[in-house]
Amino acid sequence: MSASAPVVVDDPVAQRFRVHRSAMTSPDIHRAEIDRIFAKSWLYVGHESEIPEPGDFVRRPVAGRPVFMVRGVKTGNVNVFHNTCTHRGAVVCRQDSGNSKVFQCFYHAWTFDSEGQLKGVPDRDAYAGGVNFDELGLRRVERVESYRGFVFASFDPDIVDLRTYLGDAKEYMDLVIDGCGGSVEIVRGTNQYSFAANWKLLVENSVDGYHAESTHDTYFKYLVSIGTDLRGGVSGRAIDLGNGHAVIEYSSPWGRPVAKWEPLFGEDSRTEIDRLRADLVARHGEQRARTMAEVNRNMLIYPNLIINDIMAVTVRTFYPPAPDAVDVTAWELAPVNELKALRQRRLDSFLTFLGPGGFATPDDVEALESCQQGFASGGVAWNDISRGMGRPAMANDEEQMRAFWRRWQHQMGAAADLAAAQ
Amino acid sequence: MTTAVISRQQVEDFLYTEAALLDAWRLDDWLLLFDDDAKYEVPCNDAVDGDPSEDLMLIDDNYARLAARVARLNSRRAHREYPHSRTNHQVFNVRLDAWSDELSVSASFTVWRFRAGRSSCYVGRYRYRLRPTNGEFRIAFKRAELDMTDLRDVADVAIIL
Repeated sequence: MSASAPVVVDDPVAQRFRVHRSAMTSPDIHRAEIDRIFAKSWLYVGHESEIPEPGDFVRRPVAGRPVFMVRGVKTGNVNVFHNTCTHRGAVVCRQDSGNSKVFQCFYHAWTFDSEGQLKGVPDRDAYAGGVNFDELGLRRVERVESYRGFVFASFDPDIVDLRTYLGDAKEYMDLVIDGCGGSVEIVRGTNQYSFAANWKLLVENSVDGYHAESTHDTYFKYLVSIGTDLRGGVSGRAIDLGNGHAVIEYSSPWGRPVAKWEPLFGEDSRTEIDRLRADLVARHGEQRARTMAEVNRNMLIYPNLIINDIMAVTVRTFYPPAPDAVDVTAWELAPVNELKALRQRRLDSFLTFLGPGGFATPDDVEALESCQQGFASGGVAWNDISRGMGRPAMANDEEQMRAFWRRWQHQMGAAADLAAAQ
Repeated sequence: MTTAVISRQQVEDFLYTEAALLDAWRLDDWLLLFDDDAKYEVPCNDAVDGDPSEDLMLIDDNYARLAARVARLNSRRAHREYPHSRTNHQVFNVRLDAWSDELSVSASFTVWRFRAGRSSCYVGRYRYRLRPTNGEFRIAFKRAELDMTDLRDVADVAIIL
């Protein structure tokens, strides 16, 4: 059932697109999002490079639910389990990361192996015949699939397969991964931060080309001060990738460790970057190599995964514990076996722009909290997201956000109705 | 000064002076405490032993970037810190750890940050390398290792710890 008074009003005739601010403030809408979006989508869990060896594991919340991802010792497969003992509930994986052949619940010492099988129950004879211990292995998250090392899970057993779900977004993930030489890893060190704004404001912000100049003036001044030539400017387009996914792609005024040299990288790095570029051309052809090396990509994989391939590559996911709160977890993605000098530039670029101690992200946080505060003022009921509707969408337009919102409205159905959202 | 005559009290006085400059937002004066080959580092919460040449850091400033950080915070366009937070940098459990050409010092810190009706608190351990010159100290290295397991309660590290 669709909404009779929808929260998202898409008017292609008047070329107007508006979102009612209750989408960001209503507890009812928030509750519906948990059921209709976060329980019904493919959600990013982690990257296979985080668990290279049998028994390697990481634990983390996915959509607020504690799960853990472990590489099975017997199969080598990536397993994602609900982090709860099948006996009486305690979490069985109690470290953020590590390597273990077994996961023992400390409460009553029930012990599970890395494939989830229940291997140990103290005093097993005390149980009568009604208990089948073979059925009491760790519960797998309903669906787990990977695309080129990116592990996703879904709590919806009936969801389409991951490749179908990702659709055209796969092509852009390929550009990121192949642009890094085809083999990537998550760098050690995680950014975990939270702030007081609705999660969808971070969706918009993560793919927003329009805000860069005004919000991030101090960052661009910093770039100029260290010798980056920004005169090339930023130009590009916004693309609706279907299924709620979207990307903006635009020329890069700054250097990219794969493979656009700038003086900042130092003469020593020039040979290596030329080699990386030649390698990309040989493998992917001149045009595709050029796209990989010189074009930035800010991509949303619906509903809550951002892969931004800019002066560094970030993988960022987030979840709303409340309508006005968002928990963000972000990692840096990089090519394996990267030349030390290039890795250093990549690390520097990430933390100065994308990191919560950098020269840009804190100002994004301020902007989004400021929006949330503004909503509380009332008086203005609608956000306007119409920019660029009358033309082929540019990277600093808002078509990529409209792609998200259209899918959001569709998935929310009757729950995204002004009457329901109070 | 030589190691024989440097007392913990002298080091503490220096750290208190540094804290007072930060709390007064006298960042240009604060920057003068650093030698021009100095570094200022804040590792990620889940990698407090982080090596900035291999691991992602929250902050990895050489002197030039530290100066850029100060210039940014002095401008009216560092939106997260304009207007500025009120901060209170508290330094204690000071230990003089080792001495060669530089004096290694560690200390506990709490940095309180108040802004727009909200408060947050950073807790951790400082690691300094100080160079005694002309009866004063110069900072060669400052690192703030956070004890919080993540930044969920503080949102960011837009202030200087």
